[in-house]
Amino acid sequence: MTETLNVEIWRGTDKGRFESFAIPHRAHQTVLDVVTEIQREHDATLSYRFACRVGMCGSCAMVVNGRPRWTCRTRVNAVLVDGNHLRLEPLRNLTIVKDLTVEMTQFFDKWKEAHGYFEPGAQEKKDFAVVPPQSRERQAADAGIECIGCGVCYSACDVVAWNKDYLGPAALNRAWTLMNDVRDCGQAARLEAVSGDDGCQACHTHMSCTTFCPKAIAPTYSIAGLKRATVLGVLRGAR
Amino acid sequence: MNARFFAAQRITAFVLALAVVVHLTTIIYAVRGGLTAADILARTHGNVGFALFYGVFVVAVAIHAPIGLRNVVREWSTWHGRTLDTTLAFFALLLLILGLRAVLAVFGSSCAHRKDSADLLRRYFIACRG
Repeated sequence: MTETLNVEIWRGTDKGRFESFAIPHRAHQTVLDVVTEIQREHDATLSYRFACRVGMCGSCAMVVNGRPRWTCRTRVNAVLVDGNHLRLEPLRNLTIVKDLTVEMTQFFDKWKEAHGYFEPGAQEKKDFAVVPPQSRERQAADAGIECIGCGVCYSACDVVAWNKDYLGPAALNRAWTLMNDVRDCGQAARLEAVSGDDGCQACHTHMSCTTFCPKAIAPTYSIAGLKRATVLGVLRGAR
Repeated sequence: MNARFFAAQRITAFVLALAVVVHLTTIIYAVRGGLTAADILARTHGNVGFALFYGVFVVAVAIHAPIGLRNVVREWSTWHGRTLDTTLAFFALLLLILGLRAVLAVFGSSCAHRKDSADLLRRYFIACRG
């Protein structure tokens, strides 16, 4: 193990530069530990975001040596290049606020655009809905329900990179979980919202979202499910 | 791409996957079997099955290709909107007219037409072999 890490960190906004720091290399150190040490010991003006430090909130996601990751759950030793080199950048496809901090508004706005919220319907239900855990719908919803909205998939998505209006893997994955919620009453409107030139059909199935998702969710399969649902909707004359 | 375009492109892709295999197999059979252009035209002339098969083929291409082209143009340029859709609708129509005209020519409406088509096919095979 080398004694010193050579850490390059993006500084500024979209027009910025990389700044280098030499940080002691410690056993079991995470990338978030490194960023925190730099901010506390070397440069207090460094901006980054974190909260839970244990992989629950997803706010510490960054691009580490070219790949989007949760920095709190990434050990330095697992990602080093050339023995001691780390390059840290803000998440891609999002507007940089400063340094490693990005503006997440557009990411969550797309959840709303994709109708990624529960629609209870106008009428109050007379009884509790019975949802068998082994039902096909519940299984499909379970496969994508653990998303915590960290933005790693959005950062990894090539389609978002070339079409800023594309809804993105996280919003579409959320929409798919709701499509499989038997209690939800907004399915037709949701199907309409996720169709179109910026919707699920724009996905190229590159599977970067599925590759990089820290929760091992497969948004690609959720998007494929939405594609199937929209085609069935067309064949049934819904659209 | 809206859901209707997506569905149309996927459905025509199924048709084309089958049609292209049949088309290529037929070409290889015709060429390797030593059939002349006149032999081929003798088989295709008045053959309703041939005309129906290639008619479906042409319709599938006329739907499938412009939708794919629309996606490529939208992703690689800033040309979006109604002018793009209208242009590609005309492109679809052009493919349909040219394709169906070719099918009708080989299906054969007159001896003179058949002779022209035979000559065209002969020159095509000579060019391929050269």
